[in-house]
Amino acid sequence: MNKTADVFPLTEMASRFVAQLTQCQRLKLKVLEGSAKHVLMELPYDSQLVGYPDTGVIHGGVITTLMDTASGCAVVCSIFDKFQALELSPTLDLRVDYMKPAEPFKPVYGFAQCYKLSSSVAFTRAIAYQDSIDDPIAHAVGSFMRISPEMVGEEFRQALMGEPRHD
Amino acid sequence: MTSPNPLECDAEKLDVKSIVRKATELNDFGHLLEHVPYAKFIGMGVERFGDELVFKLPAKDDNIGNPVLPALHGGVIAGFMEMSAIVQLMVFMQATKVPKIVDFSIDYLRAGYHKDSFAECKITRQGRRVANVSINCWQTNRKHLIATARAHFLID
Repeated sequence: MNKTADVFPLTEMASRFVAQLTQCQRLKLKVLEGSAKHVLMELPYDSQLVGYPDTGVIHGGVITTLMDTASGCAVVCSIFDKFQALELSPTLDLRVDYMKPAEPFKPVYGFAQCYKLSSSVAFTRAIAYQDSIDDPIAHAVGSFMRISPEMVGEEFRQALMGEPRHD
Repeated sequence: MTSPNPLECDAEKLDVKSIVRKATELNDFGHLLEHVPYAKFIGMGVERFGDELVFKLPAKDDNIGNPVLPALHGGVIAGFMEMSAIVQLMVFMQATKVPKIVDFSIDYLRAGYHKDSFAECKITRQGRRVANVSINCWQTNRKHLIATARAHFLID
């Protein structure tokens, strides 16, 4: 057990969740922290993700993917903490405001919170930043539909819970 | 931005206006997308039908989010729609610069499955500094949208 896992007990489950998402592997998204209250992710810089070739700034779509993933992951963590159950909530809507372009050659961090869990909808907010969370690149609010835990496939559940697989 | 940006020297060489003009002459707007690494990363394309542009995101394994369904990652759908709006603006404004995103709001209406997706854009309002664009995305049937979005861009 490393220190992060002790302080933020859901880091490992959040990492396994993100590892299941193919697009996130392509983006090399990494979970740094996961808890009932938040998720923190890192998106490394990659020239393949540039959206503004004249400046080397990454595409807004990449930031949206980071925000969507971090927010969705925060919902999974929040539900797991409250109900000890695994639910995969699809995004209902997501709004991203872009405050300034991401500086090239530096990673972008995504900090997300699920601030309200109702019986059928989860509400999230997220911030993308580089040097300081007080100097954000983007801010996002989203809502996610809750679906029953039975909708989660057995294979996916095992991959997240880290139980032995019978291959 | 404080640190010097090594890519900025390329910026001078990248003449956005001539790229847009060339794409219009060739009637090939895929030419525009070739200059954008992210467009290649997700594998999107564009076709012109008369005055209309229809954007296409062919099914690609790398764009999957949830592997169980399997479904496209919502972020990829959003990125595809945002890039479509940028190209739409550049083509119809004969832009000299790439429009900058201010905000992007997306509603997901259905799961996006592992198959080809399409998008079309409408410039709702183009002011002097800001443009408002709405984007629709569908898969098998144009009437069954998988997502609808609205975005603001800074233009000049």
